[in-house]
Amino acid sequence: MKDTTTMQKWTRDQMARRVAQDIADGAVVNLGIGLPTLVANHLPADREVILHSENGVIGMGPAPAPGQEDYDLINAGKQPVTLLPGGCFFHHADSFAMMRGGHVDVCVLGAFQVSATGDLANWHTGAPDAIPAVGGAMDLAIGAKRTYVMMEHLTKGGESKLVPACTYPLTGIACVSRIYTDLAVIDVGPGGAVVIEQVEGLSFDALQKLTAVPLQRA
Amino acid sequence: MIDKTCPSAAAALADVPDGATVMIGGFGTAGQPNELIDALIEQGARHLTIVNNNAGNGDTGLAALLAAGRVRKIICSFPRQADSHHFDRLYREGKLELELVPQGNLAERIRAAGAGIGGFFTPTSYGTLLAEGKESREINGRMHVLEFPIHADYALIKAERGDRWGNLTYRMTARNFGPIMATAAKTTVATVHELVPLGTLDPEAVVTPGLFVQRVVQVARTATVGAGFKTA
Repeated sequence: MKDTTTMQKWTRDQMARRVAQDIADGAVVNLGIGLPTLVANHLPADREVILHSENGVIGMGPAPAPGQEDYDLINAGKQPVTLLPGGCFFHHADSFAMMRGGHVDVCVLGAFQVSATGDLANWHTGAPDAIPAVGGAMDLAIGAKRTYVMMEHLTKGGESKLVPACTYPLTGIACVSRIYTDLAVIDVGPGGAVVIEQVEGLSFDALQKLTAVPLQRA
Repeated sequence: MIDKTCPSAAAALADVPDGATVMIGGFGTAGQPNELIDALIEQGARHLTIVNNNAGNGDTGLAALLAAGRVRKIICSFPRQADSHHFDRLYREGKLELELVPQGNLAERIRAAGAGIGGFFTPTSYGTLLAEGKESREINGRMHVLEFPIHADYALIKAERGDRWGNLTYRMTARNFGPIMATAAKTTVATVHELVPLGTLDPEAVVTPGLFVQRVVQVARTATVGAGFKTA
């Protein structure tokens, strides 16, 4: 693996910054729980982006100052947030109409696995003793105009999370359009996996060796 | 004269029978009607079917109702959480039936019940475990899954202000399931922190019109801020 020795993996914040670059001025965005939440910290200051959270708020601002948390004002991860001028509240059916009706421009989700054609598995490991919990994952995956995934390129065991077919239970079929890993930005869809960008010091061939599906050059 | 106000949470829930389906508002603890859940535990109804987004946090509220062994089945989207130990134990012991529903389907099935809709097709969950055994159909070139409404005997919700007709407003993201659950139950019981005379609530800003609400109980305001309650 001498062709990967000089590579610099992207940190979680660098991944978040890279996602943020692809979010256009004026976009309405839903950031999933966990890694995707970091994207909010990296949105370019010269772009006005509206953050939606499925529990019933749009126009979310940054985390409140310590001591100013109000637990009636939380995001989908149940963390206290703030409201920007122009933001508002709504009930759950309206909130999911925003998602499911195609009114949200970009949704960023975490994942266990994504297939080359954009199938997503991110809600359930399928382990016999696991207690399943789905939340809004299936609605978010299929409802937004574009669904992006942020995930590590490899599992802790070193296996590719970009797979020919998901082995974990599916969240949605052909719903992901782009994935951001700690090694690369890759478009997925009917035409398969196309590498948009990779980390410095990592050759295309080395990336291919780490990835379980055939990669194409952009 | 119409007066939907009740003197206490206990009085508002006195007639809940064993086997009732009870919707409980809240997303996590925001909007969870704790006083009504405590009164339901005290009241003693058993074999309940509960509809909530989650399956209880910590040891209070919905978690306490589960721990008291009053619930037969829970319909929810996100039971597993860091502090859902009562649910986890009962589920693993086979003492609690779980119907896991994608959150958007949960909301829309409740809305459908309230609006008199007999069912709807949605792309959500198509091709997944949660669509197994359900009718599907291609509509406008996309596969959809048939989902049915969720009706309830009671809805227990937390609002912010209300009047004797049952008109309600909410506070920030504590609104969540309140307005739709209010429409889907035969008897909706709402707690409010302020009970105001008719005509006080801005008619342009009433969120739940009173006809969806049967009982209103005033409860003390509880702190939602680290440093105490901050007025909205």
